[in-house]
Amino acid sequence: MVLATIFESGVGIEFYMLLATALFVIGVFGVLYRKNAIILLMCIELMLNAVNLLLVAFSTYFGKADGQLFVFFIMVVAAAEATVGLSILVLVFRNARSVDIRLFNKLKD
Amino acid sequence: MSVAQLVPLIILLPLIGALINGTVGKNLPKAVVGAIATGVMALSFGLALMVFSQLDKAVEIDLFTMLDTETFSLHARLLADNLSVWMTLIVTGVGTLIHLFSMGYMKHDAGYYKFFVYLNLFIFAMLILVLGSNYFMLFFGWEGVGICSYLLIGFWYGDFKNTVAARKAFIMNRIGDLGLLIGLFLLLFNFGTLEYSELSAAIIGSKVDLSTVLCGITLCLFIGATGKSAQIPLFTWLPDAMAGPTPVSALIHAATMVTAGIFLVVRSNYMFELAPMTQDIMLYIGLATSIVAAFIAMRQNDIKKVLAYSTVSQLGMLFVALGMGAYTAAMFHVTTHAFFKALLFLGSGSVIHAMSDEQDIRQMGGLRKKIPVTHLTFLIGTLAISGFPLLSGFYSKDEIIAHAFTHGTWLYVALMASAALTAIYMFRLYFVTFHGSFRGTHEQEHHLHEGPASMTLPLIVLAILSVFGGVLNLPGVWLHNMAHWMSHHFEHNVAGLNLIKHTAPEGNMALTLMIAASVMSLAILVVCYLVYGKKNSVPVADAQLKGWEKLSANKLYFDELYNFLFVRPTEWLSEKGSRYFEGMFLHRSVVGVGQLIGKSGDLVRKWQTGRTDSYILWMVLGLIGLVVYFLIYKYY
Repeated sequence: MVLATIFESGVGIEFYMLLATALFVIGVFGVLYRKNAIILLMCIELMLNAVNLLLVAFSTYFGKADGQLFVFFIMVVAAAEATVGLSILVLVFRNARSVDIRLFNKLKD
Repeated sequence: MSVAQLVPLIILLPLIGALINGTVGKNLPKAVVGAIATGVMALSFGLALMVFSQLDKAVEIDLFTMLDTETFSLHARLLADNLSVWMTLIVTGVGTLIHLFSMGYMKHDAGYYKFFVYLNLFIFAMLILVLGSNYFMLFFGWEGVGICSYLLIGFWYGDFKNTVAARKAFIMNRIGDLGLLIGLFLLLFNFGTLEYSELSAAIIGSKVDLSTVLCGITLCLFIGATGKSAQIPLFTWLPDAMAGPTPVSALIHAATMVTAGIFLVVRSNYMFELAPMTQDIMLYIGLATSIVAAFIAMRQNDIKKVLAYSTVSQLGMLFVALGMGAYTAAMFHVTTHAFFKALLFLGSGSVIHAMSDEQDIRQMGGLRKKIPVTHLTFLIGTLAISGFPLLSGFYSKDEIIAHAFTHGTWLYVALMASAALTAIYMFRLYFVTFHGSFRGTHEQEHHLHEGPASMTLPLIVLAILSVFGGVLNLPGVWLHNMAHWMSHHFEHNVAGLNLIKHTAPEGNMALTLMIAASVMSLAILVVCYLVYGKKNSVPVADAQLKGWEKLSANKLYFDELYNFLFVRPTEWLSEKGSRYFEGMFLHRSVVGVGQLIGKSGDLVRKWQTGRTDSYILWMVLGLIGLVVYFLIYKYY
């Protein structure tokens, strides 16, 4: 039935929403359960990109450019954030020879 | 130049002097500092004379608008009429002489430039007070002279008791100022303006009965006047204000600032005329002050304290005159009082200077040969204030007493008693100080010297004015075309005064009263000479005094009474408040709030595990919670 709908009227907005939600949830669980900081960063990227996807989809759906514009901003910010995050990780690795997220609990003190 | 150009200049000059000395005065030689301060004063006086000769009808000069709202506006506006210009002449004229005197008197003081900055600033504020065209400007000047008075009383702040005296003066004045401020608010509330011209037009032309409103307003204004002009119950600050340098006592606490209250009442005369109750209160308070202060002055031994109580007594007499509606007579006495009281204070300053800062008259005696100029001028001042025939004080005081005679015999007797007391304590002061033999130390005797010309010149000028000041307002007995010149001068263009005329008795009646007053003052002079001058008797130590003398020496225990009534209860209240309210309630509640936050912090702190995944878990749970909440909120 799903395939039939696709063939009849193209990929509807609800599929994009389902995909984005799935990606986002994967990202969330990745952040929650993985201990490797690099994976964590990747999961955060995944969440951001899930939102990007949704924005682009809605932008097309409503025929407005705002959403796509937003995506550019998010991509730029995400790139900057990844740069900062990775450089922190490099420094952490140099000090501790590991990128285990549990090392970060030292920040509490 | 026209009046409108001259008047702002008169006010600005002292301010400029203060600014120059205040910014660079510290690095200038003393002679230059004194010359600048005295120079701007002399210039200001010259301009005031020009205005005086040019002025015919009242002139209003707009400077700028301070505040403009829909309901009212406050203008920085000046008013030059015969009253304000006359006050300006007194302030700048006597001010110039006292500046000149200070150049000699303060020569050895480290705070020389500061002293002149304060003096110039005082003149500036006083000129704003008298030349403003509304009560707002008056209030500005009123507070300005108050702060300058405070600064100058506490000028030698190294001595703790001087700062206490300054504080006392400031607080006492503040109580009065509150009354004045309430009066101004009432005026604004009832008439929507503080301008003299608009108020006088509204009140004089009013068809409705304003007596209740005006009674409240005038009472408030009078409370303000009791503070500044040292009347019962707020008079105790003035004798203590003698802690300041003597020229300050002469300028601020005798000749000018303390007459601000009189000026306020004369300015508002049309309101007081419509509020007979306030006039009566003013009369009784003035009379009580006059007699009480004269009584206290009888057994004071500090040369400045005697003069201070004398000032309070004279101010009381002025308020009696105002209470009777004799406004021009009051202004006449203000003028002559400014002359002879400034003279007496400067004379006492010259004595103190000669005696190496000794103020107790029991340590003086026989000074008439050592400092002849001071002696002669002080004698003239004493004669003038005691009402010696044909001197200025004789005419001005006699006019008030003549008004009192018309008002009621009892008032006449009471005022004569006050005048008699004045003559007695003044002659006592004179004879004990200048006659007999010298009682000070050898060192003081060795140092005895007349001050420099800058000190003797103002004394001589003021002495001349004290002798001839009476011609300003001769009674209707002789020189008829000149009689009552001053009264006519004020009635010419001062709002209110040109409507309400209270005339003193004329002709034979006036002559009889004058003869009675002359006989009294001459008799007192003779008696005092016999008691203090000839017998060379010295006032005994305070501890040996008995009966009324003890009362007088202890100032009728006014300070003790105020201590008991106000100071000690306040201290008791704050002590108890500190212990119970602060200690038991405030402290506990404040500390309690702190402890509460600390305790709840302890609880919440457990969430900060340091584990990133747990933070993210809470974040996600929170987000889910929010989403669920908004979904439910939106759809159900």
